[in-house]
Amino acid sequence: MSSKTSTAMIATLGFVTALSGFLIVTVYQATKPAIEENKRLSIQKTVLEVIKGATADKHFIINDKGELLEAVPGMKGINIYAGYDARGKLMGVAVEGSAQGYSGSVDTIYAYTPACECITGIKVIKQTETPGLGDKVITDKNFVANFDKLEAKVNAAGDALANAIVAVKHGAKHNPWEIDAISGATISSKAIAKGLNGSAQQVLPKVVPLLPTIESKFTSEGAKP
Amino acid sequence: MSLIKQDDRITVDTFLEGIWRENPVFVMMLGMCPVLAVTNSAINALAMGLATTFVLITSSLLVSLFRNLIPSEVRIATYIVIIATFVTIVDYIIQALSQDVYNALGAFIQLIVVNCIILGRAEACASRNKPVKSMVNAAGMGLGFTLALLCLGVVREILGSGSLFGLPLFGEQFQPWVVMVLPPGGFLVLGGWLLFFEWLKTRKQQSLAAEGVTHG
Repeated sequence: MSSKTSTAMIATLGFVTALSGFLIVTVYQATKPAIEENKRLSIQKTVLEVIKGATADKHFIINDKGELLEAVPGMKGINIYAGYDARGKLMGVAVEGSAQGYSGSVDTIYAYTPACECITGIKVIKQTETPGLGDKVITDKNFVANFDKLEAKVNAAGDALANAIVAVKHGAKHNPWEIDAISGATISSKAIAKGLNGSAQQVLPKVVPLLPTIESKFTSEGAKP
Repeated sequence: MSLIKQDDRITVDTFLEGIWRENPVFVMMLGMCPVLAVTNSAINALAMGLATTFVLITSSLLVSLFRNLIPSEVRIATYIVIIATFVTIVDYIIQALSQDVYNALGAFIQLIVVNCIILGRAEACASRNKPVKSMVNAAGMGLGFTLALLCLGVVREILGSGSLFGLPLFGEQFQPWVVMVLPPGGFLVLGGWLLFFEWLKTRKQQSLAAEGVTHG
């Protein structure tokens, strides 16, 4: 009797799990292209929004050896998104930055414009800051204005920024590389600054010498908006 | 299990039960975690409600189809496997439909697995009824859950962000009542709705009693 119920139990569970596996694999296969396309589109949208004047984008990767490669799925390295205007002029590059905020990591994409050697736009792509306080880093107009033209010059030696990007107390901004923090959301403001600084210190010295190469890689066919 | 003979008929009540008399949120107080956590905007509430409804209906169908095969010793495990399957499926579907909604709902989609409304339906309804009846009942429950989430989401979004479905309702001068989109706001609004429904119920009972007096 008991062996009979055991068999029944094993058979039922085996059957149900097999069916469940089959269903999941089917749906996974069916939705995979759409999911990847969605992710790509959402990154592309962000890149084109953050780089002013850009109408086409192209995804590059800088590998461990500092070489610039056109991105293919599964490649490891630093993501660089180049934004071009209609004639193929490089308007800027978008780079990812992230740092620990008040309640989790604050991930951003920022645009570096070679013409002014400055950061000209920033977009928060993921944050879990306190609604109404920490999320002002997205909505507060005065704070967002920090990134209209935030200096990010690479130093003479070409290995770091000339001046580190820092967040200062609200109203205490004196230098073009300082970020005027939001009062009441200092930690979130600092997280943005830390994310930008950490990424810019590391990535920009590598990207700046590669800018002509990036510009030359523009192809109207491969970079449709 | 079946000392009481189950009624196979599908009535309007099979469907309406979940919306009003046994509303999962306002009457049974089940699945409070998503109710409080993702109702800070109407669109999140709607997406969460629809995702849960999908899982409810599909898992009820499968549980009901296999109801005579599943040995009672492993029924909970089997139900959970079935529910988890459909949660994973809905997770992929939402990702394929909208990355924004997926980001907004985050881990709460996966947490539908442990939403006791669904396990409750599998145990109380789907395991004892025919597939169609179970699905109708599950659809009613899902709709009831969605409506309840919307009740909270709409109020919280209007008060906490001054908008509805992302569209701003008031002018620039509007000072949002921030606490409403924070976790305490969930409790406050839920409490407000419960108070309202309790008041309705009491009033109905009183008017019934009054009628009884005049006719008696």
